[in-house]
Amino acid sequence: MPIEADNLVKRYGDLTAVDRVSLRVADGEIFGLTGPDGAGKSSLFRMLTTLVRPDEGSGRVAGFDIRTDYLEIRKRIGYMPDVFSLYEDLSVRENLHFFARVFGVRVKENYHLIREVYEPLKPFERRRAGKLSGGMKQKLALACALIHQPEALFLDEPTTGVDAVSRKEFWDILYRIRARGVAILVATPYMDEAARCDRLGLMQDGRLMVQGAPQELIAQYPHHLYAFRAHQAYRYLELLRRHPRVHRAVLAGEAVHVSSLAPLDPEDMRQYLREAGIMDFAFEPAAPDIEDVFIALVDQQQPQTQEA
Amino acid sequence: MNPTTTITVRELTKKFGPFTAVDHITFDVHAGEVFGFLGANGAGKTTAIRILTGLLLPTSGEARVAGFDVYRQPEQIKRHIGYMSQKFSLYQDLTPLENIRFFGGIYGLSVRTIRRKSEELMHRLGMEAMADRLVGTLPLGWKQKLAFSLALIHEPRIVFLDEPTSGVDPLTRRTFWEMIRTEADKGTTMFVTTHYMDEAEYCDRVSIMVHGRIAALDTPRGLKERFGASHMEEVFLQLTRGGNA
Repeated sequence: MPIEADNLVKRYGDLTAVDRVSLRVADGEIFGLTGPDGAGKSSLFRMLTTLVRPDEGSGRVAGFDIRTDYLEIRKRIGYMPDVFSLYEDLSVRENLHFFARVFGVRVKENYHLIREVYEPLKPFERRRAGKLSGGMKQKLALACALIHQPEALFLDEPTTGVDAVSRKEFWDILYRIRARGVAILVATPYMDEAARCDRLGLMQDGRLMVQGAPQELIAQYPHHLYAFRAHQAYRYLELLRRHPRVHRAVLAGEAVHVSSLAPLDPEDMRQYLREAGIMDFAFEPAAPDIEDVFIALVDQQQPQTQEA
Repeated sequence: MNPTTTITVRELTKKFGPFTAVDHITFDVHAGEVFGFLGANGAGKTTAIRILTGLLLPTSGEARVAGFDVYRQPEQIKRHIGYMSQKFSLYQDLTPLENIRFFGGIYGLSVRTIRRKSEELMHRLGMEAMADRLVGTLPLGWKQKLAFSLALIHEPRIVFLDEPTSGVDPLTRRTFWEMIRTEADKGTTMFVTTHYMDEAEYCDRVSIMVHGRIAALDTPRGLKERFGASHMEEVFLQLTRGGNA
């Protein structure tokens, strides 16, 4: 296994940033981590990339121990941190050659590894990296992380703040890198990207609440979900919440997603809504998405938590 | 100007040297509307928003925001709009109360009004217990609610929300959209940018900028029908694919 984490723990003072996280990423697999800022994703990345030492637990990357063999690991991984970390006042080309030289490889010999990422940057090779658009910075950072043919790639929110087109292109490239057998651990705040991973872990408060293929996670949705649709559906959120068997009612685009701990009879609910004077609406069972799963899991793990 | 129109834009254009960042855009936004302003990176969104918030003069065309002219009355515009972005909205090393007092003061509210608003806000947000903590130590969801409330403290007719939900958990994100909808229902215009395509579905109307122009403007449903798409992301990709260098 190119990436293995066993009960990794990282504490900063009183805060447990990462709380006994275990995961495996296989060759040619994309493992996604999703969760809010502060969930512990970046701390987990920093332990696996040997930048900080875990307080407890163990990890192996490319077959080496993250505590003792950090020099070996660093040669064999590519890492895109959560902030842009190239040299802003070097050109596109200078950055690429710098990283190649640090890793003792030649751009020419390894160019095939980065062709699809780097080709769109070619017309801008002389531009300073700091002057690139968000989508292009992200491509350059990926090229620099790939030039030494790493066995494992660590991508910490590579697409945050990047538009949907560039994100789609980025994922097309990730699939091609996966096809070469590279293990990829990628953090993302976008649920559409989370759904594109082979396996996915949902993180909150330092803990990996659940992991599995996106479809498996959706199949494990623990509550019952319904969609309420009406003109200005949001106006009926409080009404839906007042129903004793409704657990949560949250906006989901134009609709309201209504969840319950036990199955609801849609006809009873329709009756309840009609009695409240709503005439033109639909109330039907709905298929949960990754966000619904995330919300339900947080509920299960912290039943006392107030909504923040 | 129609009495319910809060933003009027006609042939608005901004050039930087030979580069046309905003190219003859025209649209209206109404009171109580949640208006999604989307586009690829580099499509001209940020430039357009800077003009509409009174930070940048256009090269040509017209725009009125909250009844004020972008050429002649940028200071009036700044006073009559609210602004919130995920990146910079609150002072992290002040408490929530200090932040309220600071922003209230900036907008010229009286001491008495600020005191009343402080109590009202802390109560409505359920933040009384956190009144004396530094904002930097609060969970992101609370910060976001507070930042949104501060953008509204001077009761502006329009609030610009620049990627307001990045980095928060899904429940906080959905709860936040509920706040946006509730506030819009009171008649405030919500002008929102986001890279989350599913969030476009929360908007009454969505405009999509490509190469400085408005390539499409309609309700989410109208856009999906026109492009034969089931999600806004497909609409966005069809309009902008190949459109960003």
